[in-house]
Amino acid sequence: MSERTDYLDLDTKDETFLDATELVLNMGPQHPSTHGVLRVILKLDGEKVLGTECIIGYLHRGVEKIGENRTYTMFNPYVDRMDYVAAVSNGLGYCETVEKLLNVEAPPRAQYLRVILTELCRIASHQVWLGTHALDIGAITPLFYCFRDREDILRIFEKYCGARLTTHAFRIGGCIYEAYDGFEQDCKKFCEVFLPKLDEYEELLTTNRIWVERTKGVGILNPEDCIALGVTGPVLRASGVKWDLRKAQPYESYKNFDFEIPTGVNGDTYDRYLVRIEEMRQAVRIIRQAVDGLPAGPIMAKVPKVIKPPVGEVYHSIEAPKGELGYFIVSDGSTQPYRVRVRPPSFVNLQALDKMVRGLLVADVVAVIGTLDIVLGEVDR
Amino acid sequence: MPEEPKGPAPVSPPAGGEEPPAATSPVPSKTVVQQPVAAPKPEAAAASKPEPAKAAEPVPGEKAAAPAVAKPAAPAAKPAPKPEGPKPEPWESELVTRLRHEHGSGIHEASTYLGQKYLVVDKAILHDILMRLRDDERFDYCVDITAVHYPKREEQFDILYILYSFPQNERVRVKTQIKDGDSVHTAVDIWETANWLEREVYDMFGISFDGHPDLKRILLPDGWKGHPLRKDYPILQQDQEWVKINLGIESGQ
Repeated sequence: MSERTDYLDLDTKDETFLDATELVLNMGPQHPSTHGVLRVILKLDGEKVLGTECIIGYLHRGVEKIGENRTYTMFNPYVDRMDYVAAVSNGLGYCETVEKLLNVEAPPRAQYLRVILTELCRIASHQVWLGTHALDIGAITPLFYCFRDREDILRIFEKYCGARLTTHAFRIGGCIYEAYDGFEQDCKKFCEVFLPKLDEYEELLTTNRIWVERTKGVGILNPEDCIALGVTGPVLRASGVKWDLRKAQPYESYKNFDFEIPTGVNGDTYDRYLVRIEEMRQAVRIIRQAVDGLPAGPIMAKVPKVIKPPVGEVYHSIEAPKGELGYFIVSDGSTQPYRVRVRPPSFVNLQALDKMVRGLLVADVVAVIGTLDIVLGEVDR
Repeated sequence: MPEEPKGPAPVSPPAGGEEPPAATSPVPSKTVVQQPVAAPKPEAAAASKPEPAKAAEPVPGEKAAAPAVAKPAAPAAKPAPKPEGPKPEPWESELVTRLRHEHGSGIHEASTYLGQKYLVVDKAILHDILMRLRDDERFDYCVDITAVHYPKREEQFDILYILYSFPQNERVRVKTQIKDGDSVHTAVDIWETANWLEREVYDMFGISFDGHPDLKRILLPDGWKGHPLRKDYPILQQDQEWVKINLGIESGQ
């Protein structure tokens, strides 16, 4: 268990810690609360965490290397396999970056379709987060509620593109599939049904004493630390920084929609919970507006059959459910990207774990891993 | 939606699965074996296809594009209007003027490409520039650090710092070029987030960062040999020795 003490050269010493022998405890990689194959080495004093070391890479598939060896079109489905609970967002980020390189823009109808599906995906991702996070802390019911309601979204995805999880819904230049008959009604019905269900989740948790005790004041991250650590997404917003790429640098048709950016005050686990819940409400708002305003017209821009972007390099990022998801692509003018770099939100956010759990108890580590909402497929790529 | 995969499945496998055995193999027992083997193929092909048939006019163009790319790029050359493509334009701003005034020839280039700003700076002043950008120009968020390998160049590596400023809502990329074996000063003292990002660059490219508190591999195992994102590392290459010792198998492929 403690064969690799060289990982831990931590010098935190606090008078409040007992002067007992420090214990090095290995958590994961096969552990239900690490949400995949994350291994955390904990340095403990009694039950207090003195420091942590994350060992990652168990799911490393070399996505960036694969990207260099595939054409732009062929690489598109691969990106869905990074953050597999929010595959649509991954695809959106990639397609947009290549479109930027090509200097084309998706037609309005495609942009609206993209927004609808991405926001549905955001809700689905947050549902997985809420269900598993609550399960980690001991509340089992939300898991069933969330996965039951997520099914409605997956059904829309399946009807739209034939896949539930790794959807490959978008293509470079727009969308390949026209909205199926009844797509708008399905989305509207989902919104209608989902909002009361969201209240149900809140009824179970928001004022639940156990939930509040386990999450309030746990894993506090102040805004300065967030920015220094590059933390983005709901974790950043829960610390009070009102920053969302959909507003700050609007992409697709987000500037046409009216929605709020929820923020927290304390930057603790409870605030991050509230922020994500509110984000689901805002996503519903966006979906409703987008469905109502869905313009007619083509869904595919004029892109060449063989995608060969001109020589150059571009960085573009979107607000994925977990934070800023960026792609940096270098084109050498051939059919294959010269370099694809993915800026994964989970990877960067996970780095904050150490700062958040120092001084807390082991059980809180589980809560903090859950609240960071990491997906190891994206951390390791 | 269960109907969609089901629909073509029962129809096509009997047709595709039974005929070849009847034509090729005289042994009747083989047909039984081959049928399940052949069945998944048409099913998988059918499952991915039914949607495009539904869609409207613009789709045929794109539908044709996907197979065209999968094939070798025979028709690629003729329709592509080659001499197009946006060019980097010089980027003039107060920020650039200030930096130029201070560092002079250390700033090799300040340009925009497709509206994205970037600076190419000398390796010697990189750390100063980054520090200045954070402190004086308020680029307080380091989005990403990455590298690109150009094996044919004398200075083989581009190291990129993608920065963002919350107060100004602006992005800038700072780029420097280094030779193979050179190291750059770490940025961990400027942004904490640089810690893991630089470790990843070290892991993937073998570029070391001076003064990094904990420079070791992050995604690959500690004992691994080679740096996979270098261009001289083929996609199928792996550390055979490591795989053999640690996984007990001949090859991970």
